[in-house]
Amino acid sequence: MNELDTALAIFAQEAEELLADMEDALLSLDQDPDNSETVNSLFRAMHTIKGSSGLFGFEPIVAFTHEAETLLDKVRQGERAIDSNLIAVLLESKDHVAKLIEHCLNANGPALPAELAATGLRLISQLNGGVQTAIQQGTGSADEKIFSEGGGEISVDEHWLISLEFKQDSFRDGIDPLSFLRYLKTLGDIKQILTAANGMPSGEAMDPESCYLHFKIAFQSEATKETIERVFEFAADDCEIKILPPNAKIGEYLALLDAQDETQVRRIGDMLVQVGALTEHDVEHALQAQTASVESQTVDGAKPKPLGEILVEQHVVQQPLIDQALKKQEQTKQKIASEANYIRVDATKLGHLINLVGELVISSAAMNLIVEKHGLSDASDIAAGMNALVNSIRDTALELRMVQIGDTFSRFRRVVHDVSKELNKDIQLLISGGETELDKTVVEKIQDPLTHLIRNALDHGIEHPEQRLAAGKPAQGTVQLNAYHESGHIVIQIADDGAGLNSEKILEKALANGLVKKDHGLSRREIYNLIFAAGLSTKDQATSLSGRGVGMDVVKKNIEALRGSVEIDSEEGQGTTISIRLPLTLAIIDGFMVGTASERYIIPLSMVDECIEMSANECEIDEIQHYINLRGRVLPYLRLGDYFGNTTANANQRESVVVVKFGQTEAGLVVDELHGEHQTVIKPLGKVFERLKGITGATVLGDGTVALILDVQGLIQAAIDHKPKALAHKPALRRV
Amino acid sequence: MAIEVKQQQPDSVHLVIDGEVSIYNVSELKQALSNYLDTVKEMQIDLAGVAEIDGAGVQLLMFLKQEAAAKRVELSLARHSEAVVEVLELLNLSTHFGDPIVISADWKSL
Repeated sequence: MNELDTALAIFAQEAEELLADMEDALLSLDQDPDNSETVNSLFRAMHTIKGSSGLFGFEPIVAFTHEAETLLDKVRQGERAIDSNLIAVLLESKDHVAKLIEHCLNANGPALPAELAATGLRLISQLNGGVQTAIQQGTGSADEKIFSEGGGEISVDEHWLISLEFKQDSFRDGIDPLSFLRYLKTLGDIKQILTAANGMPSGEAMDPESCYLHFKIAFQSEATKETIERVFEFAADDCEIKILPPNAKIGEYLALLDAQDETQVRRIGDMLVQVGALTEHDVEHALQAQTASVESQTVDGAKPKPLGEILVEQHVVQQPLIDQALKKQEQTKQKIASEANYIRVDATKLGHLINLVGELVISSAAMNLIVEKHGLSDASDIAAGMNALVNSIRDTALELRMVQIGDTFSRFRRVVHDVSKELNKDIQLLISGGETELDKTVVEKIQDPLTHLIRNALDHGIEHPEQRLAAGKPAQGTVQLNAYHESGHIVIQIADDGAGLNSEKILEKALANGLVKKDHGLSRREIYNLIFAAGLSTKDQATSLSGRGVGMDVVKKNIEALRGSVEIDSEEGQGTTISIRLPLTLAIIDGFMVGTASERYIIPLSMVDECIEMSANECEIDEIQHYINLRGRVLPYLRLGDYFGNTTANANQRESVVVVKFGQTEAGLVVDELHGEHQTVIKPLGKVFERLKGITGATVLGDGTVALILDVQGLIQAAIDHKPKALAHKPALRRV
Repeated sequence: MAIEVKQQQPDSVHLVIDGEVSIYNVSELKQALSNYLDTVKEMQIDLAGVAEIDGAGVQLLMFLKQEAAAKRVELSLARHSEAVVEVLELLNLSTHFGDPIVISADWKSL
């Protein structure tokens, strides 16, 4: 690859990411059209693409993005309002840009295909042609009038302005305003003070024990705002305290704001507190006011006032400071956006690193073994230290490949948006748990099955609005995507509030296809899971989206290839929930090593619930009925030795039970020895062993021998399915 | 605390307040002084004996001033004690009351 190619590859990737961001932003604008940050990010995306396209001389892209950018700038300036039409046009424009980029990258000619050019022209006219709706700018220049009322003016240039409004109970709470003023005097000079009792009633109504006093003070001092506020600390509950810094200080604050570091975006309140223009108390107070105003205005659906506005209204800070802080905040955001702290690394390099770390884990285990074997006491400390390091290297290396699933999830917004339009359904997508992390390779492989399941939910699950209304449900259907961690696995749930599955219909089809026999004895859940079988669709009419009966079995196969599982649950008329359970990583796991006879096996530690000695009181085994009675809990079990055909020679061997758990199911594995925790580098087995039941992989132990990694899910199933053998000659209940 | 009537005429009264004027006695003081406000046209309060005055006390004085103005009674404060002057200065209320204040040479700096 020459340099230009590399640059083009980077351009393509960057543009792809920007467009993906843009799509997210557009879809979120749908819900929150006034979010200026989102509009800014749209603008940035178009602007950046335009810039870098110009660099490569991709004129068509530059021309088109320029129009989009101009429009977005208008939106940003408030000259054009955003509505769903505009969002639709912008979405289309985004797709158009993607096509343009593809064209420019692949076809080495400047001429655009007629179709693309036509779309471009149409979009440009749509972008410009919308009705210009000027947004009225509120002229909210609140005059600094507080100190002009009653009594002389106070110069605000060099003095702190302190306003104290004592509450009526102050005297009764033992607070005497005079003592605070006397204390204040020790910090500086009270240049001017206005004492007022404006709200004091006359005659009988006046309670002399209630406090009606208000003070406005011009105060000269070198003290910080915080120090001054602390004077009134004891009165905080009984007094409205507002401290406005002197205008002369503004310069100082502005300089400090300017010097604030730009490595992270912070909240406006925090920024102002840091430079000393506000105190924590001010911010807290303003935030309370903000929440209160939101609560009182929920009916109108009004947006909360910006914090800065509230702070100025409360006279605790001047407008220029807020402006500057906002500007600074914006600058920081842009700076961060422009120099995103990521390094692009070739995925194969990362894969190589993970492999090496795997080898490192194995050889460090080997070293430990030698150190132990030869009793090298001086070496054992070092070995332990290295072991800890290897562990953290392993974790960090694996984390490198971890990505949040949120990006994958938000891609489905578009799918839902488009498909619901196509099907004439009103469907919203709710996403939660987007910050859940899992291995990148898993994320990539899960995308197709997820798409399929979501399309299914949209097509089969959610009914048409009329049907929904008739069923007493809101017209808008909901599809929910959720992800969370559960014992070393990630669980991804796709839930819809649609019609749910019809178990009879499924059964009927399954019988017709010969999947089950008449006397099936299947539970409801098992029937639902039949839809993962090949060739079964309950949809009478196949659509372009789904209904052909292929797909669900592919979904299941794909997920199982990732050592995962998929489960379906449904309530007829209420909706369907599909849960996908996937291992977090495909490379290295914490294992638990057990042994039968001379063989060693690894159970993924995350699936081990507990280990217990067979001889223990709370554990009884019933070999005829084939169950373990564990503290009154009935567990199916499996003798690993029997299962893998290497029975113990020594019958006196004391056996142990390892209780393993997978999702909702559990079982006991009976083993001879417990070896404890072991870091396990998963080595895939060759194709020859693909059909092997109960084994998912192998690992190399420190001493060079091989241990097999157990497929817990499969073994639990085997334990459940196990038919008791004819063991009539053995005692019915054996206490081992 | 005590209110002493120094001089009483049909239209005017001259009172002397002794001791402290604080949250502990403002209720009583208010009651007593308000009654006078209803009966006279002119009222003078001698504050020379006020050893201590707090926020509630100052507020009471402000209240009296407000009531007097409403009832067209001429209220004047006289012979402010050191404590009273200190507080009035602190709160910048001397001009609010507008009574002449005599500062004694014996007082510590204000």
